[in-house]
Amino acid sequence: MLGVKAYNSFGMSEMCGPGVAFECPEQNGMHIWEDYYIVEIVNPDTLEPVPDGEVGELVLTTLKREAMPLLRYRTRDLTRILPGECPCGRHHLRLDRMKGRSDDMIILKGVNIFPIQIETILMQFQELASDYLITLETVDDNDAMTVDVEMKDLFIDDYAKLQALTREITRQLRDEILITPRVRLVPKNTLPKSEGKAVRVVDTRKKY
Amino acid sequence: MTVHQLSVFIENKSGALVRVLRLLKQENIQLIASTIADTADFGIFRIICSEPEKACNVLKEAGVAVSLCEVFAVELDDRPGQAADAIAIFASEGISISYLYSFLLNGKGVLIFRTDNAEKAAEVIASNGLSVIEEKDLSRLL
Repeated sequence: MLGVKAYNSFGMSEMCGPGVAFECPEQNGMHIWEDYYIVEIVNPDTLEPVPDGEVGELVLTTLKREAMPLLRYRTRDLTRILPGECPCGRHHLRLDRMKGRSDDMIILKGVNIFPIQIETILMQFQELASDYLITLETVDDNDAMTVDVEMKDLFIDDYAKLQALTREITRQLRDEILITPRVRLVPKNTLPKSEGKAVRVVDTRKKY
Repeated sequence: MTVHQLSVFIENKSGALVRVLRLLKQENIQLIASTIADTADFGIFRIICSEPEKACNVLKEAGVAVSLCEVFAVELDDRPGQAADAIAIFASEGISISYLYSFLLNGKGVLIFRTDNAEKAAEVIASNGLSVIEEKDLSRLL
C-alpha cells in the first residue's frame, strides 16, 4: 500500500531488542550476527543439538556483553538454520522465520497468556479437580477461548450453585488474563490426565 | 415421607445420557420417573428408580458424577386441581420449591419435589394430612 519493501527482523528484549537477526535483500532467512552471538538449535525436550535444517529451540550466547552476559540462553523460540550459503555473499548463518514457542504461551487477541496463569486460578476452587483443557477457536473471525474444568466427585444438585460457580471461575479468569473465556464444567475423568505430557491446550484457530 | 433420587451430572454432549441409561440397564434398574432441564453446557438428570443405592454405586464406580438425595413424594388423586391445592399449602407456609416434577403411578398422581426447608416441609405435610409415598411403596408398585 505504501510501496515500501518490508524486511523481517528477529530480536528479544533480553538480547538488546530488535536486530539480533535481519533479512538481507534475498529475503530468504535472517542473517544472525555470529560475531556477537553463538547460535545453537537444540531439541527442547532432550536439549541435544539438532542438525542444520531441522527445527528446534534457538539457544544464544552473547560474546561481547559485559553487564549482563547470557550463556546458552534458551529463547523458547522455535526455528531452524537454513543450510547452505546465501547468494547475497554474507556468511553469517540464516535463521528461518520463527515457527512458534517451545513453551506453551498462548497469544489470544494479541494478549500473551500462559496456561499456568489459568491453572493457578483453577486450583483455588475446591470444587474442581486438577485437570483442565483450554481450547482456542475462531468464532466469527475472532479468537475465542473455552476452558473445560473437571469437577471433583463432590456433586452439587443445584443448577443455581453450579451456574454461580461457573460465573465465579469466569470472572476470576477474566481478571487474570484480561479475556473472558467460556467456562464449562465437566465430570471427573473426562479430560486428558495430568500425568506425563498432558494436552492442556488445543488450538483449532484458523491460520491466516 | 421421602424417596431417594439420583442426581446425575450430564455434559451437553452426544452420548452422555445414553451412557448413564445403559449402565442402569445393565444392572436391570428400572426408571420410575426422570427429568432433565436444558442449559447451555450441562444438565442435571434426576431419576427416581428401583434400587437407588445400588444404582448410585454402579454409576459412581463407572466414574459418573452422581449424588443420592432425598426428595418429597406426595401422592394425589388423578383429578384436575390437586397439584394446585397441594402446592398452595407450601406457598402459604413460605416454603419454596427448588424443583418439581410429576408422574402417574397406578392411577395416582405423584409430585416429586425438593424444598429449601425440608424440616418445615415435613411438618406441613404431616399437619395437612397429605398422602406421601415412601421408598418401599415405590418398590411394591413396580
